Amino acid sequence: MLAEIRLPPASPRVLLPAAALAAMLVLIFAMEPRAMSYFGLTLLLNFALPAVFAATAQMAVIAAGDIDLGLGPFISLVNCLAATWLTTRPAAGIVALALLVAAYAAIGALIHLRRLPSIVVTLGASFVWLGLALLVLPTPGGSAPAWLTTLLAVHPPGVPLPVLVSILVGLIGWLLLMRTSYGTVLRGIGGNPRAVARAGWSLLGGRVALYAAAGILGVLAGLALTGLNTAGDATVGTQYTLVSIAAVIVGGGEFVGGIVSPAGAVIGAWIMLLTGSLLSFLDISTDWQLSVQGGILILVLGLRALEQWRAA
Amino acid sequence: MATDNAPFVRLAGIRKSFGAVQALAGVDLSIPAGRMVSVVGHNGAGKSTLMQVLAGTLAADGGEIRIGGVERRAGYDVHAAQALGIRCVFQELSLCPNLSVVENTRVVHPGLGGFGWRRRCRALIVEALEAIFPGHGIDPDRTAGELAIGQRQMVETARAFTEAGTKVRLVILDEPTASLDADAASHLLRFTGAARAKGIALVFISHRLPEILGHADEVVVMRDGEVAGGGAARDFTEERLVELMGVVREAASEGGRAEASVGALRVEEAGTAGGRLPLRLHAGEIVGLGGLAGHGQRAVLQAVFAAAHGREGHWRVRGSVAYVSGDRQSEGIFPLWSVGLNTTVSRLRALAHAGIISLWSERTLAEEWRRRLEIRTPGIDRPISSLSGGNQQKVLLARALASAADTILFDDPLRGVDVGTKRELYRHVAEAARAGKAFLWHTTENIELENCDRIYVFHRGTITDEIPRAELSEERLIRASFATGMSGATGMSGAPGMSGAR
Repeated sequence: MLAEIRLPPASPRVLLPAAALAAMLVLIFAMEPRAMSYFGLTLLLNFALPAVFAATAQMAVIAAGDIDLGLGPFISLVNCLAATWLTTRPAAGIVALALLVAAYAAIGALIHLRRLPSIVVTLGASFVWLGLALLVLPTPGGSAPAWLTTLLAVHPPGVPLPVLVSILVGLIGWLLLMRTSYGTVLRGIGGNPRAVARAGWSLLGGRVALYAAAGILGVLAGLALTGLNTAGDATVGTQYTLVSIAAVIVGGGEFVGGIVSPAGAVIGAWIMLLTGSLLSFLDISTDWQLSVQGGILILVLGLRALEQWRAA
Repeated sequence: MATDNAPFVRLAGIRKSFGAVQALAGVDLSIPAGRMVSVVGHNGAGKSTLMQVLAGTLAADGGEIRIGGVERRAGYDVHAAQALGIRCVFQELSLCPNLSVVENTRVVHPGLGGFGWRRRCRALIVEALEAIFPGHGIDPDRTAGELAIGQRQMVETARAFTEAGTKVRLVILDEPTASLDADAASHLLRFTGAARAKGIALVFISHRLPEILGHADEVVVMRDGEVAGGGAARDFTEERLVELMGVVREAASEGGRAEASVGALRVEEAGTAGGRLPLRLHAGEIVGLGGLAGHGQRAVLQAVFAAAHGREGHWRVRGSVAYVSGDRQSEGIFPLWSVGLNTTVSRLRALAHAGIISLWSERTLAEEWRRRLEIRTPGIDRPISSLSGGNQQKVLLARALASAADTILFDDPLRGVDVGTKRELYRHVAEAARAGKAFLWHTTENIELENCDRIYVFHRGTITDEIPRAELSEERLIRASFATGMSGATGMSGAPGMSGAR
């Protein structure tokens, strides 16, 4: 299964999290052999879909050397829109979602043009998203469009849906960001924006492209969450802000310097998700999940700092 | 080719000012196709500014730019320059550290996209690397950040010579050999011959005069934003170049400062590695670190600072140390704080009683330094960002002086400060030195060195000369900066018989 995520040739950064994920899966399968089946994996990884989309959305922003603190509430807003407008007034719902993507692109442009710190702008945006979500759906409720719940209950032959989609997202992301020539330029923006500008590229265009990609992936995360929950809730996405950042970092990315990997982000999302399952199989309260996720993040960063210190 | 009768580049009367400072005062330069023109000059002579104008990264205030026989008017920028085949190799600044060598090649060739771009880019860069640096040993799939500095310099140089779409017509090499080993440097110099044979024009900026005289076709010497002389390289000697780079001036004409009364030893190098002249600093002394910018002066300041905090064993430092940076925006001021808070932040421990800062003493201290350095502000509670650059720099100096440190390290602190303010600050520095402070002063403006009691001149990380103020002349300074007339003209070994003292 892991072998199907084709790794770029020079990415020891991704091999380490991949090995960690494999170890986690082995541990889970050893404790609960039934999880190794088609339906076992489907159950185990159901919520991988929104997590994977959220992680790749965050990765697009981190590729530009920025960070998105508004992603979680944004996913909530998409969830609320999908559980209300998209069901009752599909046309209005689709227009609203398209506008949200445009808003993300506009945030990218604003950050670039006004040289604002992304951390502040996206934090501000997070309150806007939350406010809008509460306006759309003041109390949890609504219902997902039937097509969306059906779509998320599809059982493709051979490979469980969450596994299949994760691999596809990782593969497409890898192709677009790591293999295409424009993707290379986009990563260059995070690495040395001056050099990229000096070579004649538009930094504004690059940032807008990355933020628009984040917006699209954020919408996909919200839709996937709606299909799974079959209802809307203005606070349901909150955790995805930090989980997505952690997934990118655990998957081999860096906060600065445009060092990211789509495959790594997907693997990171799985690791973050499986901590919950692992805890419940170990008979530990899942209340500890957030602490464990945070602990993994600190551990990874600590090991990396140690590595750099040794290399220096 | 049209370039047979007209030079590829002809600049005439190029002028450029930064505020009150005139960087280029009407410079003429022509670069024929297939020739290598070397531009030499000391700090602030205007070389980099001129090259930036030529590369289109800086717009000239006036003058004429003709490239390929056609006048380029307003709107001549990086894009235009690139479309004309003008490339610039900056010093290991323009690689993206997170991208591989192949990917970095792609970034500079906007037209190289599409299916199979990776293969094409790899072929281009590998071919260029092989042609220039045979046996380079660089894996094109490694990310630039993983490469050693010399390798990065090689990639950058090779990348400038790769062609995709536009033909390369002119390559500006800005100190291309600075971080290369002798082998790679000689490969590059040999390659410049092959490039010239293909009709490529080259601008070669180097601080190694033998390299210039041995390889360039023409030499242009710049001084104070003007061309001081030039001609065929074979007609020049190192002596003549040094002479043109700086007029021999009377030493220390402004006799404002009496000989320093030398006090206790403050800073000393413990065991001089590489056999360079030992650096010493005594209480009451102002010691200048001169030479071309980026030749190890800042490294000394940082090492001394680290040593004072017990993080570096190579230097012996007695007493406390304060650091004043010329890069005030990023490592100097607290931009959101007031003038007063910016002044007193270095002294908070002394102002505090049982961990609580006495606001009254803090204000008194800030007021005192505002008065003493004549910081022009309506009040110490005004935000520091409301001050002019020169006055902000005064605040930083006040902070260093107020910290009661015994030794103050100056990292080119008066860069971009107006002349009047500079004069005042020189006076304050001299006053503080009389009171027993020691100053280690790195400056890129040679005229500032006249305020120092002694000057150490740096060349490629070693001290090539120690000049007492009475003997300071621009000629001696430039000679030492370029390490000419010393044993082993590269200056790697410093002066004979003076090393190893400890």
